[in-house]
Amino acid sequence: MATASEKVHATRGAGTDEGPRDHYLQAEGGDWDALAAEAIEHSDERIVVNMGPQHPSTHGVLRLILELDGETVTEARVGIGYLHTGIEKTMEFRTFTQGVTLCTRMDYLTPMFQETAYCLAIERLLGIEDQIPERATLIRVLMMECTRISSHLVCLGTGGMELGATTVMTIGFRERERLFRLIEATTGLRMNNGYIRPGGVSNDLPSNWKAIIDDQWPLLRQGIKELEELTLENPIVKGRMMDVGYLDLTGCMALGVTGPMLKAAGMPYDLRKSAPYCGYERFDFEVPTWDSADSYGRMRVRFLEMWESLKIIDQVIERLEACEGEPVMVADKKIAWPAQLSVGADGQGNSLEHIREIMGTSMEALIHHFKLVTEGFRVPAGQAYVAVESPKGELGCHLVSDGGTRPYRAHFRDPAFNNLQAAAALIEGGAVADTVVALASIDPVLGGVDR
Amino acid sequence: MTEHTGKPATQAAQETGGGGNLPTQATTPEVRGERRGMFGATRGSDTTGYGGLVAPILFPGAAERPYGGYFDVVADELGKALAGGDATYEQAIEKVVIDRGEMTVFVRREHLPTVARALRDEPGLRFEICSGVSGVHYPADAGRELHAVYHFLSITHGSRRLRIEVTCPDADPHIPSIVETYPSNTWHERETWDFFGIVFDDHPALTRILMPDDWPGHPQRKDYPLGGIPVEFKGATIPAPDQRRSYN
Repeated sequence: MATASEKVHATRGAGTDEGPRDHYLQAEGGDWDALAAEAIEHSDERIVVNMGPQHPSTHGVLRLILELDGETVTEARVGIGYLHTGIEKTMEFRTFTQGVTLCTRMDYLTPMFQETAYCLAIERLLGIEDQIPERATLIRVLMMECTRISSHLVCLGTGGMELGATTVMTIGFRERERLFRLIEATTGLRMNNGYIRPGGVSNDLPSNWKAIIDDQWPLLRQGIKELEELTLENPIVKGRMMDVGYLDLTGCMALGVTGPMLKAAGMPYDLRKSAPYCGYERFDFEVPTWDSADSYGRMRVRFLEMWESLKIIDQVIERLEACEGEPVMVADKKIAWPAQLSVGADGQGNSLEHIREIMGTSMEALIHHFKLVTEGFRVPAGQAYVAVESPKGELGCHLVSDGGTRPYRAHFRDPAFNNLQAAAALIEGGAVADTVVALASIDPVLGGVDR
Repeated sequence: MTEHTGKPATQAAQETGGGGNLPTQATTPEVRGERRGMFGATRGSDTTGYGGLVAPILFPGAAERPYGGYFDVVADELGKALAGGDATYEQAIEKVVIDRGEMTVFVRREHLPTVARALRDEPGLRFEICSGVSGVHYPADAGRELHAVYHFLSITHGSRRLRIEVTCPDADPHIPSIVETYPSNTWHERETWDFFGIVFDDHPALTRILMPDDWPGHPQRKDYPLGGIPVEFKGATIPAPDQRRSYN
């Protein structure tokens, strides 16, 4: 029989022996028998329901443990971790540039935001924040705002589907494809782009970028308008969403909630306005708010934010047209990726021009390319924290370098991870059916929550 | 940042491996380990010819007053807030590092709850939001292997940011929880416990959050292997990323 001291204790450090101590903390989760016995004892009074992790309305693999009294949820607990893929650990074994490919896969609805936060953190560590070319910054803003609209469309679309309204979902996803036309033509991929690189972006916009926008944007505006007309004053939507998932400003501040949830509680806090990055201070836009602090208000804020994003995109287009042909990567050749990528007939890759140069004419260029791609660049030791306003709130990247070619530690503060803590506050006391609505209004994406 | 050499910061950093690119020459950098060789060869004999290369890993050191920007205001207000309490500024604060336009305050772990309360409640500080805690493991930083790094945001004072760093030894990985002051830190502290094994004392329910309940070890520690498997292709075997020879 194992004595107390023989058990594996939570506090034991790597390779050290456990000495005697006042108290032990155990985190083994070994009290299931007691819990089960208690549950059986009270089985005629309460029902405990496991919602998820395989449930269509849980946005991936979220598990909710609900304790029900009839139709009322008396206690709600959130179980996460089913989609943990160890991205942060993997990043420590790849070069700084390769890290972009990994962090883009965290919250798969907002890839451009993780990429930007990560690259801004690297640039701060390198001390090259003010050397990023204007055109690269503008393209980053364009890509981020397109991604913001597409993320909101998915949130509203799937939110509608969870109410049983499939048309809301089909319109949402249809309009999202219009944004993907531009993103795909530019980056080669619809999602998980790996497009924003330390020092700039991996390639310039395609020659027909303006034509794509001219072609798609009027339809996109029309589509968002259609979605608004379908939902905003819809009596069923209002009946299902109003006063559901209520969390006032005090609750939001205590739980560190940011993004549309905070804005729907009446607080116009947006990092793009209050701590501008990527030159957001130059653009004219509003931070929308709502005063109801419920699911309906969050939906209104998301709609309003889409219009503001379109307003920003219009201003970006003007500026992009004025700087056609300018560089999109930092001038420092020790940092900049040696080649611009281009989308050829057989997919995306290094431009033919560059391959001709390194394979045919310049051995030094080949050596340089090889060194930078295999070794990467060294980043001076230190740490940086850069936060950007993702569609879900404050997305922060805490990056530590020890002077090597790979991140010593990369940590992402995912807004949905933080906001999901408020789930119990939103759900408890409401009906089971409202759980789904309240949860959808947080807009969690488990890829980002679990990383 | 570049006055002392006249070279762009990146170029200077690349030539010296980062050692020459410290924020101000006045501060003494903090040594947190050393780098040996160039290609990370740890098994067998190093045939690269660079095996004898030893370079210290230098992190930015403590800054001297004035810190510049709002950093002086934050330090002053924190000093005033702590004055009447159980610990003075000098007792609670180990050092202040100013680097790359960010302020890092190293707080001694036993005084963290007092400092956190002052940060939230003091009108001159008023850091309403704690953006969470992130762990960093420095195995070579003897006696202070585990670092917990908190980021604070003050909305009242125009998006001021502040970083609090708390260290604890691997042998006694305990740091007081600040969940009482910042309830938003609940999950963040659970995550840091899960990945680094830092025990946040007085946390209401410190359990694993992303790894399974019965998982052994703490995966983000540096001594925890990545667990990759070799890739075989046409008879050749490429070791896993953590086993592979690579630049370090």
